[in-house]
Amino acid sequence: MKIFINGEMKSYDQNNLTVFDLIVEAGIENKKYAIECNGHIVPKSEIKEKYVKEGDKFEIVGAVGGG
Amino acid sequence: MKLWEQSVAVNQNDALTIGSRSFKSRLLVGTGKYKDFNETRQAIVESGAEIVTVAIRRTNIGQDANEPSLLDFLPPSEFTYLPNTAGCFNADDSVRTLRLARELLDGHNLVKLEVLGDKETLYPNVIETVEAAKTLVKDGFEVMVYTSDDPIVAKMLEDVGCVAIMPLASLIGSGMGILNPWNLDIIIKNSSVPVIVDAGVGTASDAAIAMELGCDGVLMNTAIAEAQKPVMMAGAMKKAIEAGREAYLSGRMNKKLYQASPSSPTSGLIK
Repeated sequence: MKIFINGEMKSYDQNNLTVFDLIVEAGIENKKYAIECNGHIVPKSEIKEKYVKEGDKFEIVGAVGGG
Repeated sequence: MKLWEQSVAVNQNDALTIGSRSFKSRLLVGTGKYKDFNETRQAIVESGAEIVTVAIRRTNIGQDANEPSLLDFLPPSEFTYLPNTAGCFNADDSVRTLRLARELLDGHNLVKLEVLGDKETLYPNVIETVEAAKTLVKDGFEVMVYTSDDPIVAKMLEDVGCVAIMPLASLIGSGMGILNPWNLDIIIKNSSVPVIVDAGVGTASDAAIAMELGCDGVLMNTAIAEAQKPVMMAGAMKKAIEAGREAYLSGRMNKKLYQASPSSPTSGLIK
């Protein structure tokens, strides 16, 4: 399965990945973040139930320094 | 009121109310451009600011889970976060960014809207700003909005429901100070929501002047972060905001153009 995370393509062998699995792989499950799938925010309450599909485009964001 | 009570009254009752929230400090600060997170925190603590702005950006994927982040140094439990839309050039991107910010901050709805028109000057595109503001207010956000010093636009943004109007003093990061106090004066006189100068402050006197004009607060980032001694400048800014505010509330003397008036008696001179 090929998906996009923050503009980069990633390949996975598994078919039963959840959005939460992507968050854990990104190392941010204990940080503040937000995630969009195909332009729609995935609420944190739903990320463990939402499965990743072929071609999904994710944006994962955090808060950084800024004015 | 006894004389000493005048100053006590200012300190205790002079809260800054923004939307549904109340603050003691009238200095708001950005978190960008510092040397490191330690300096960021030290400067912000020295400034006494309660509200800090942050940007929303793609995270580094595959980072070490133990790597510290900005929020570890400035916990949301200690500060009120103001996510911004820096880098957005249209209403759609701004709205999308702030919805992500709200999700990231667990429903926190106080936000800073800035829609830029130009990469060189970072001047706001006020037309897109008004559009974005309408959408965000309808979606339940409390919007503090960066704008030009155009009094008509400022009033429009208030009318669509923004909780604070944030006119620029001069260009973002320029340190040029307050270029048009006359327009700021008009905006302040016509506004029934807080007016917070945002962008262009360079040194302490700029902040004091903004407060003396009657602004409700000042937001700055570069003025502190790019000072030779940021922590010291943060302290200076805190005092400047307080001094300017007290001067404003004290009711300054009238300017008497080209008219001198001696402070010492003119009678009883020795001959």
